[in-house]
Amino acid sequence: MKAILGKKLGMTQVFGEDGTVTSVTVLQAGPCVVTQKKTTQRDGYEATQLAFQEVKAKKLNKPLLGHLKKSGAAPHRHLVEVPGSDELTVGDTVTVEVFEPGDKIRVSGIGKGKGFQGVMKRHNFKGGPGGHGARFHRAPGSIGASASPARVFKGTRLPGQMGNKKVTQSGLTVVSTDPERNLLLIKGAVPGGKGSLVFVRG
Amino acid sequence: MTTVIDTLEQQQLRDDVPVFKAGDTVRVHFRVVEGTRERIQVFQGICIKRQGHGVRETFTVRKQSFGVGVERTFPVHSPKIDRIEVMAIGDVSRAKLYYLRKKVGKKARVREKRA
Repeated sequence: MKAILGKKLGMTQVFGEDGTVTSVTVLQAGPCVVTQKKTTQRDGYEATQLAFQEVKAKKLNKPLLGHLKKSGAAPHRHLVEVPGSDELTVGDTVTVEVFEPGDKIRVSGIGKGKGFQGVMKRHNFKGGPGGHGARFHRAPGSIGASASPARVFKGTRLPGQMGNKKVTQSGLTVVSTDPERNLLLIKGAVPGGKGSLVFVRG
Repeated sequence: MTTVIDTLEQQQLRDDVPVFKAGDTVRVHFRVVEGTRERIQVFQGICIKRQGHGVRETFTVRKQSFGVGVERTFPVHSPKIDRIEVMAIGDVSRAKLYYLRKKVGKKARVREKRA
């Protein structure tokens, strides 16, 4: 299984061996403790639960502390399930060493929130002409017909909250790993702002 | 506070970069790979700007080649740069010498600083 939780630290650039410059995102990834194994007999599906970022016990509530105590793990802030079966057992630790430079990965995170946005920014509508007496600028235009169907179809693209929801970027590449400092360098950008939680899968 | 990213950038800095600024005449020895052979190409001209900080810093060198102005931008800390020679120190009162692009002939020169 190749999966790990991490914190996005920011972006920088690195020089390759041939002198080429690569833009990279730096993640503080792992170490993640396996806190639970879900099985088909017991839970109806196979999954592994990973815990990330140790915190003081007073930061968590009693149900969570009890759950973590069962696996013998220290209190952690984040718990995430990785679907599928693997050879890991409860108490094992996952570090960045599971990844190697050149690995293709998927990275999920909560993307940056943009607030309540109109259709031009949110759905890339074209909008109207700016001047020359035009009175149609950034409005959505027609959103449907009249007496039939006499309603707006579900899923019609309208203004609303943009961003601040889960985004997965696939096809990213691992540039390098640093097991000593738990660093994972990924080519290109990953979803979310600095300090946000990201989930990396192979 | 030094962050992890600062440390990552510090590791990539070169310590053999000479002190130079916009207006100085520099000779850049740049490693070029042609097929399997590697050779060093020299690019000499006036440095017209330095921008960015740390490992991301770059500088632009401008020269006249067969009557045509040529500009080339290098990362200051690029491992492909063999060495940088400072040939002359210029006397300029700008950090960015974009005005040189519009000048031709004798006016496109930079006065040399007297020690």
